[in-house]
Amino acid sequence: MLAVQERPASQLKPVVNNFTFQAATINGTGSQSSNLVITRALFAMGIPVAPKNVFPSNIEGLPTWFNIRISPEGYQCLAGAADVLLALNPATWQRDVLGVRSGGAVIHEANYPVAGPTKRDDISYYAVPFHKLGRDNIDNADLRKYLSNMIYVGSVAWALEIPLDEIEGALRQQFKRKPSAVELNMTSVRLGWDYCVEHYTKTDPFRVRPMSGRVEGKMLLEGNQALALGVLMGGCTVAAWYPITPSSSVCEYLETFANRYRVDPKTGEKRMAIIQAEDELAAVGIAVGAGWAGARAMTSTSGPGISLMAEFTGLAYFAEIPLVICDVQRMGPSTGLPTRTAQGDISFAHTLSHGDTKHPLLLPATVEEAYEFGQAAFDLAERLQGPVFVMSDLDLGMNLWMSDPFKYPETPYDRGKVLTAEDLERLKGDWGRYRDVDGDGIPFRTLPGTNHPAAAYFTRGTGHDEDARYSELPEVWERVLERIGKKYETARDLVPPAIVEDHGHDVAILAYGTSHHAVVEARDAMAARGLETDYIRVRALPFTEDALRFVRSHKRVYVVDQNRDRQLFSILRLELKPEEDHLISVRHFDGTPISAVAVMGPILVAEGKASADEFTQAPPVPVVTAGIE
Amino acid sequence: MIDTPQRPAPAANLNRVQLTRDAYKGAATTLCAGCGHNAITNHIVRAFWEYGVEPHKLAKMSGIGCSSKAPTYFVSQSHGFNGVHGRMPSLSTGAKLANRELMVVGVSGDGDTASIGLGQYAHLIRRNLNMVYICENNGVYGLTKGQFSATADIGSVQKGGKPNEFETIDVCGMAIELGASFVARSFSGDSKQVVPLLKAALSHGGTAILDIISPCVTFNDHAGSTKSYAYVKEHDIELQDLDFIPYFENIEVDYPEGTSTEVTLHDGSHLRLRKIAPDAHDPTDRIAAMTLIHEARQKGEFVTGLLYINPDMKDLCERENLPQRPLRDFAEADLRPSREQFDALMRDYVG
Repeated sequence: MLAVQERPASQLKPVVNNFTFQAATINGTGSQSSNLVITRALFAMGIPVAPKNVFPSNIEGLPTWFNIRISPEGYQCLAGAADVLLALNPATWQRDVLGVRSGGAVIHEANYPVAGPTKRDDISYYAVPFHKLGRDNIDNADLRKYLSNMIYVGSVAWALEIPLDEIEGALRQQFKRKPSAVELNMTSVRLGWDYCVEHYTKTDPFRVRPMSGRVEGKMLLEGNQALALGVLMGGCTVAAWYPITPSSSVCEYLETFANRYRVDPKTGEKRMAIIQAEDELAAVGIAVGAGWAGARAMTSTSGPGISLMAEFTGLAYFAEIPLVICDVQRMGPSTGLPTRTAQGDISFAHTLSHGDTKHPLLLPATVEEAYEFGQAAFDLAERLQGPVFVMSDLDLGMNLWMSDPFKYPETPYDRGKVLTAEDLERLKGDWGRYRDVDGDGIPFRTLPGTNHPAAAYFTRGTGHDEDARYSELPEVWERVLERIGKKYETARDLVPPAIVEDHGHDVAILAYGTSHHAVVEARDAMAARGLETDYIRVRALPFTEDALRFVRSHKRVYVVDQNRDRQLFSILRLELKPEEDHLISVRHFDGTPISAVAVMGPILVAEGKASADEFTQAPPVPVVTAGIE
Repeated sequence: MIDTPQRPAPAANLNRVQLTRDAYKGAATTLCAGCGHNAITNHIVRAFWEYGVEPHKLAKMSGIGCSSKAPTYFVSQSHGFNGVHGRMPSLSTGAKLANRELMVVGVSGDGDTASIGLGQYAHLIRRNLNMVYICENNGVYGLTKGQFSATADIGSVQKGGKPNEFETIDVCGMAIELGASFVARSFSGDSKQVVPLLKAALSHGGTAILDIISPCVTFNDHAGSTKSYAYVKEHDIELQDLDFIPYFENIEVDYPEGTSTEVTLHDGSHLRLRKIAPDAHDPTDRIAAMTLIHEARQKGEFVTGLLYINPDMKDLCERENLPQRPLRDFAEADLRPSREQFDALMRDYVG
């Protein structure tokens, strides 16, 4: 973790609504519900929150961290280090304590040793015998594990000065369908609260106060939820998937939405098929088959699934079949870090499959864009007749984000160039499946089931001519492939345009996806240090003309990638002439959500506004895995 | 006076949808002369014509390999899809879900079915997608010049003399084990058996597996091969004589008591099974069907005919509770929740 600013413990000037709370717990102990109660209580007080769950690929027993970034500005990225730590995992106790920013506080299980490296004189300690409180006071053995976590909610509420009635309100929301559980949980919450009131006086500066003007009317939801809603609103009727973290909940949410909104109340019939396939090969195959037959079809997956989908994606590209693939990216290569975030599939997805292939990618940064691109992807796929990717990531997909309510779609679906039996009659049957009639590279298609003698054509991944006949002729092959390539150029005007803030500064930042939130904060912080920057947020590949013009017009453009190989940077570089290329790469690829420091550190140093020392990584602290109980 | 529309009397060569047999033909075959697959194509043409398949409702699906070229050789007025190796089942699943009015007929080979696409084959059967799955089974990879496939029998000899050392995968035995609702085996040379089985498969309301032994004249028709014409003819044990009685024809045939049984198919057609042996196989008995297949394999024989049928099993579209109207035809008003519903959902997410 990088230390941006030091706060000595002696300086007790209150820090209100501007810090990071971290709960370090053990996976599978039910702490997630408690963390959500704290999050919702803060949100209900009008305080902007950015919860980030950093969790292991494990059901029970490994360390997990839940961070809540609280800031009056509503910054949505991770801040780096914790100011207030709840320590409930002996295995990470030492590393967690050493990670707390100077001046911070630690609420911890009373039997953890505060000695040696864990005994710091620049932070406050509040030891609470959570286990004992639970053992002595919670009679219900079945619920003890779960209710014990509510004890820490009380202690955290005391430490952060969250009023208990806000906690109660959050519990009421959590248990909408089971109001009787609220009082039971509150009893545990009070145990933790009362213990602290009895034993401690608050000595750290971090506290919350109700505020207004930031979160009123805002929703709190996950990216996968928003994406699933977009997919539903976008008219998807066939979805196929194979369980994989972090994308599984896309189709699980979709199922929930479909059961709610796609079931005919009279007949019980459902206007959507969601198939849990045997693997990603079949999942994408089902989507391709459905797209070929005229349905809006999608599959959602993550990196390893994308690898398996390469073959079918090439078929959809070359046979020109609409296909939407939602990739909730996780850290690769290989199995990698299945529960950690990355933007590592950009270059792979962009040219997925063998031979010459190039696909449009949509790059949502917010839950609202996940919702909007979930819809737009189907219009694009049917318009362009080929694969379109929605490139989300674990950070966006699995964390809760604040957002304004989404807009109800006002436009009809773009079903693309489809000839009906009537069209064929009018054309007297004279059409060719792969003819470029309009000069945009996009041919017309017919759907199976079209009742006209001229409707049928044969779809194949082998060489074919403009009339879909098998062909191995060199000139035919070259012509067809060139024409399909033209669609990528056509797509430049169809994909969501970049969002540009151009004030004529020399230095600009180019980012995409979830890096956006770190860039927003980094730009504020850099401006405060005298470095004003312009900003372009790219929302799709191919790059739009606007985006390329922006890049050409700036002296230095810092391109932020959450991957090792500067993937978007490299794709952008291919579009520029050498003399236009003023790109500098900024990378973050440790699996954690990107912070403002990760963006501004390299830029400030490169621009001569900070010394390299300021942003030097602190030496890592080893995780002690045994020896403390 | 009431005007009755003048309809021409159907010519003898028109079927119930007013098409000639030629309408069911496709492009000229590019397979080897004498290939079993060409014979199967002819059976398909005849069966589909006699059944009165509407070409625009047919979707011809295939994987990769010699067999998978076949869909271009029949019903040229139908959409066809030659996909990727072993993945015909998933493409078919998607197509059928998008438009359940399509009559989906897949043609694949033993490479598709028993090797690269074994997983898709298995899960297609588990889902009981309403489609016809024809496995043109010759025990070798033809397009890549004669390597063994996973359906080659143990001990069967390659053209160069090398014997197959590995256990065979019986696509029928496996299908029954996986819960298939229609499993039949036949021989490409036996039009009397293949044609009624094809029609019964079209009438079935789930996945109909037709494993048709189809000798490869170029790479697997030599002495020592257990999938040569000579060997198959010699070791073909027919289970029944088959008569297909379509739902749309009123045919009354009297059979002597106790000589036959009848299966009512999903679309109301009937398949009459006339006994050949005195202790005839009961194709509704799953265990008996598995025993039969295992015993035949031990003896180096092929049992052909209808091995197993369960005409009542729900298909995937029924299990998914899909409307009869094709999903692909629904529009915005059918697919988006109302503005009121949407706003209520948004309010749910606010604090």
